[in-house]
Amino acid sequence: MEESTIVGIASGVGGGIGIIRISGKDAFRIAGSVFAIGKEGQVRENYFDQIASHTIHYGHIVDEENQVIDEVMVSVMKAPKTYTKEDVIEINCHGGSYILQKVLQLLLKKGATLAEPGEFTKRAFLNGRIDLSQAEAVMKMISSKNDFALQSAMKQLEGSVSRYTETIREELLYEMGKIESALDDPEHYDLSGYADELLRSTKNKITQLESVLQKFDNGRIQSEGINTVIVGKPNAGKSSLLNVLLNEERAIVTDIAGTTRDILQESVKLGNLVLNIIDTAGIHDTDDQVEQIGVDKAKKYVENADFVLFVVDSSNAWTEEDDQIVALLQDKKGVILLNKSDLSCVVKEEDIQKKIDWKCIPFSTQTKEGLLQLQQYIEYLFTIGKIDFNDQIYLTNVRHRDAICQAVEALHRVKESIENAMPEDFYTIDLMEAYQQLGLINGDTASEDLINKIFEEFCMGK
Amino acid sequence: MSYTYEKYDVIIIGAGHAGCEAALASARLGMKTLVFTVSVDSIAMMPCNPNIGGSSKGHLVREIDALGGEMGKNIDRTFIQSKMLNMSKGPAVHSLRAQADKKEYSYSMRKVLENTPNLTIKQGEVAEILVEENKVIGVKTTSDAIYPCRAVVMCTGTYLRARCIYGDISQYTGPNGLSAANHLTQNLIDLGIEVRRFKTGTPARVDGRTVDFSKMEEQKGSERIVPFSFTNTAEDLEREQVSCWLTYTNEETHDIIRKNIHRSPLYSGDIEGTGPRYCPSIEDKVVRFADKNRHQVFLEPEGKYTNEMYIGGMSSSLPEDVQYAMYHSVPGLENAAIVRNAYAIEYDCINPTQLKASLEFKKIDGFFSAGQANGSSGYEEAGAQGIIAGINAARKLQDKEPLILNRSQGYIGVLIDDLITKGTNEPYRMMTSRAEYRLLLRQDNADLRLTKIGYEIGLIEEERYQHLLEKERLIKEEIDRLQHTTIGGRKEVQQLLEQHGSTPLQSGTTMAELLKRPELSYDILQPIDTDRPILSEEVREQVNISLKYEGYITRQQKQVVQYQKLENKKIPDEIDYYQVNSLRKEAVQKLDELRPASVGQASRISGVSPADISVLLIYLEKYRHE
Repeated sequence: MEESTIVGIASGVGGGIGIIRISGKDAFRIAGSVFAIGKEGQVRENYFDQIASHTIHYGHIVDEENQVIDEVMVSVMKAPKTYTKEDVIEINCHGGSYILQKVLQLLLKKGATLAEPGEFTKRAFLNGRIDLSQAEAVMKMISSKNDFALQSAMKQLEGSVSRYTETIREELLYEMGKIESALDDPEHYDLSGYADELLRSTKNKITQLESVLQKFDNGRIQSEGINTVIVGKPNAGKSSLLNVLLNEERAIVTDIAGTTRDILQESVKLGNLVLNIIDTAGIHDTDDQVEQIGVDKAKKYVENADFVLFVVDSSNAWTEEDDQIVALLQDKKGVILLNKSDLSCVVKEEDIQKKIDWKCIPFSTQTKEGLLQLQQYIEYLFTIGKIDFNDQIYLTNVRHRDAICQAVEALHRVKESIENAMPEDFYTIDLMEAYQQLGLINGDTASEDLINKIFEEFCMGK
Repeated sequence: MSYTYEKYDVIIIGAGHAGCEAALASARLGMKTLVFTVSVDSIAMMPCNPNIGGSSKGHLVREIDALGGEMGKNIDRTFIQSKMLNMSKGPAVHSLRAQADKKEYSYSMRKVLENTPNLTIKQGEVAEILVEENKVIGVKTTSDAIYPCRAVVMCTGTYLRARCIYGDISQYTGPNGLSAANHLTQNLIDLGIEVRRFKTGTPARVDGRTVDFSKMEEQKGSERIVPFSFTNTAEDLEREQVSCWLTYTNEETHDIIRKNIHRSPLYSGDIEGTGPRYCPSIEDKVVRFADKNRHQVFLEPEGKYTNEMYIGGMSSSLPEDVQYAMYHSVPGLENAAIVRNAYAIEYDCINPTQLKASLEFKKIDGFFSAGQANGSSGYEEAGAQGIIAGINAARKLQDKEPLILNRSQGYIGVLIDDLITKGTNEPYRMMTSRAEYRLLLRQDNADLRLTKIGYEIGLIEEERYQHLLEKERLIKEEIDRLQHTTIGGRKEVQQLLEQHGSTPLQSGTTMAELLKRPELSYDILQPIDTDRPILSEEVREQVNISLKYEGYITRQQKQVVQYQKLENKKIPDEIDYYQVNSLRKEAVQKLDELRPASVGQASRISGVSPADISVLLIYLEKYRHE
C-alpha cells in the first residue's frame, strides 16, 4: 500500500461540473478538513470516518478562513471496495474549472499529493483491483496520458510560469555550488559572512515567489487554457474582438509579450473556460501597418491552435483574402464570427458554409451581440469533447502552483536554518529541495546540475 | 611454452589500493587468493598526493574500516600529520585527512598482505582473462603461465596501456616509470567489454632543502588526533606531526603558462583521454578561471625519510622547461630543485555501466572489476570498490548473496550506484554533495552503519562487534535519559545558560530540548546534568549529534523509507524490455543496456521517466503472476 494520498480530477473537465478524486490512507481526513457538512454546517475532520461507506453527502468546500469555495456532493467509499482499493473520496464540484483548481490547491495544502497521469489506475492495478489481463491497457493508458501531458507542457512552456522561476533557480544553483565547493575544498573556499548574504537573498526569493503565487491566485497566470487564435483579414475586427473579450472578462489573465515573436498572447476567462488567445496582429496597436499580417504567418499560428476564431467583416464583401484564410482552416476546429452585425449585412451565412463547415455567429464588437452565444458554443464543443482538452493540461496550473508553494516552504526552512545559526551544509538540504521543486515546472530534474555547477564556477582540487 | 599452475579461488590483478582491499577481503573470507602486481615493490603505492582522506574520501575510508578493511588501519599506522577538516561546519561534512609517509604506507600494507593466510603475492603481468561459456576459468600471464581460478577481480588502476606525458615527450609507462600493462586491453575488447581512455595528472616533487618556507604559511595538523580506524583510540596514535606549507601562484606564473599553452598536450590535442574536472592541471585552472590572479599551492612532505615534497595544486603536462620556469615563479620555490617532473597519464579503463552492483561484469560470470579501472579516481574510491569486489568474489564462490550497499547505507553505496547506473565521463571522484542522505552518512557513525554488516560477512571479529553493540546500547540509553530528564530554571542552570550566551529558561524543558540550542552542546550541559553517567567520547559525540540535529535527521530518515521502497522492488534478470510495449523506445534501450537490478536503480537511469517507471511497475506485477 502506498504511503501518499493522491488527488486528481476523475472526470473530464466539462463545462460546469468536475469530479475530484482523493485516494489513500489520509483521504477521509484530508477531505474532512475542508468539508462543511450540509447547508450551514461546520467542518469536522473525522466526519467521513464515522459515516457509512458508499454514501453521498451534501455540503460545501470551505477554505481555512471558512470561506465557501463551492457547493458540492461528496461520495465516501471505504477501502477495499473502491476503485483503487484504498479509501476514496469523490467531490462533485459545480463551480467550473477555476473553482476546481481552488479545491485541488486546498487539498494539496492539507497534505494530498497531486496524482501523476494515470496514477489512480496504476494504484488500482497494483492493489489488485484490475484484472491482470488488462495490464497492457493500463500501461498504454499511463504512457499515452504522460506523453500527452509532456507534449502539452512543452507547448505551454514559452508562455508558462517558468520564466518567473528560472532566474531564481539559477541563483539557487549558484548558491549551492558556492556552499558545496567550500565544503569540498575547505582550505580553498571560505564561507565566512556568507550566511548573511544568503539570508538576504533567500528572503528576497521568498518574496518573489510569493508574488508569483499571488499571480496564480488572482488569475494572472493560467497555462491550462485552450490555445486559441484569432484570424481574419485586416480591419475585420480582430483586435476589437480581443478587446471585447478582455473587457468582458472579470479576471484577465496575462500580459505576456512574446519575447522572440511579434505576437501577443492573452489569457481570457470565458465562462468556465480559459482561452489562451494569440492575436496574430498585435492587439494594442491598431495602426494599420501592424494589421498587415501576412497569410504565411497566420498559417503557423493556426497550425498550433486548438481553436480558431475566424472574424469576418459581414458589412463588406467576401474577398480573395477570406478565401485564403478559409484554406488554412479546413482541418481545424473553430467558429466564424460575422462581425459588424450591427451594420447592414453583405456576407451571407449560407455562402460561407459552402466554403467551410463551421458554425457562424452574428457578432458585434460594438454591442457585444453574440458574446454569450460564443461562450455557450465553446463550452458545448468542450463538453462533447470536440475540443480536445486533456485533464493533464488542466492540471498543469495546479502542479506549477504546488511546486512553487513547496519551494517557498523549503526556502522558509533555509531561512530558519540560517537564523538558528545552523552550519552551512544544512542550508543546501532545503536549497536543493527548492531547486528541485522549481525544476518540476519545466520538467527539469537533472541530478548532475550541482556537480556540474561546482566544477564550472569554482576552481577545485589539488 | 605455456604451463599451468595450481588452482586458486580468486585472482586479483593489481595490488594498488583496490587490489589490496580486494585481496585481503577475499583471503580473510577463506578464499585461496592470488594477487598479481607488476612490481612487488609498488604494493599500495601512492603515485600522486601523499595523503589519505579529505572531504567525503575520509568517509569512504571510515566505511572501509567499519566493514573490516585495511586502509584506515594502515593510514593510522603510517600518518605523519592528521587533520579534521570542516570542523566549523555540520557533522555530516567533518572530514578526516592524514598525510602519509608514502613509503611506510606501502611497506606496511605489503606486510599485512604478506602475512595474511590464504594470500599469495606474485609479480607478473596478466595478459588474458580465460573465459569459457561466459564464465571465468583462469588467467594467463605474459610469460604464458596459466593460473586456473574461479573468480577474477581486475584492479589495474592506471596501468592499462598507460602513457605518461611531459609536454611533447611521452613515455609508455605506468605511474612513476613503472612498466605499463599493455596486453590486457585487447583481451578485454575481445571479451566484448567496452573500454575507454581517461587521463589524470600529478605535480612535480621538489627537494625540501631548497624550499624557502619563510615565504609560506605553515599548515599544522590538528592537536587532537582522530583515528581513521574505529579500532584505534586517539591515545594509541599520538606522535609528532610534520607540517605542510601554503603558498600561491601569481601573475608571473600565469604569464609563463599562457605563453606556453600551445606546448601543452591538452591544448595541442595530443591527449585524447578525458581528464577530471575536480583536479584540473594548473594550465587548465589558468585558462578556465582567467579572472583569478592566484591559485593555492600546498607543499606536502612525501615522508619522513625523504626530503621530497609534493607541490599540491600544480599538476601539469607542460614540457620540462616550462615546468621549470613555472614552479620557480612561485614564492618560496624560486630555487627549488625539482626531483620529479609533473606529468599527465593516460590509461584504459572500462565503462562501469557494464557492471552489477556487486562489481561483477553482467556478461561474464566470476569476473569483477574495481578501482580506477572502473573510471573512478583516488585511493579511497579505489579501496572502497576493492573491498566490495573482494567480498563479492568470495561470496559468489560460497554461493552467498552479494553484498550491495545502497545509497542510504554509505558513501560506498553512492559511489558504486553512480558508477554502474549513471556511468562517468571523467575519472569519478566522491563528493559529499553526491550523497542525498549525507546527514545520515556521517564519518562519525560509519561503524554504527556498517560494522554489523562487516560482522555478518565475516570480516569483523566478535570482540569488535560486541564493542559496537555496547556502544549502540549506551547511546540509546543516554538519548532516552536526556529525553526524559526535565530541567527547570534553577540558579545554576540560568547561570550556565548566560555564560554561553543562551536565553534563560522561562519554563521547564527536557535536557534533550535544551541541547538543541545552537550555542549549547552535550558537553556544555554537563554541570547542570547531575545524573549523567560517565561515557566515552565516541558515545557522547553520537548522543550530541543525534539530539542536536534530530529534526533534520528524522526528515532524511523519512526520505530513505520512500527511497527504499523502489530499491526493494527487484527486477528479474531475464526480463525482456522489448516485450514491454508501452515503454518509450529510449527507455527500452537504456533499460536493456543497463539491466538495472531494482526499480529504484531503473529510476535513476537518465532517459527513464517516471511514467516509464509506472509502466514498469505494472509490467512487473503482471510478470510476477504469470
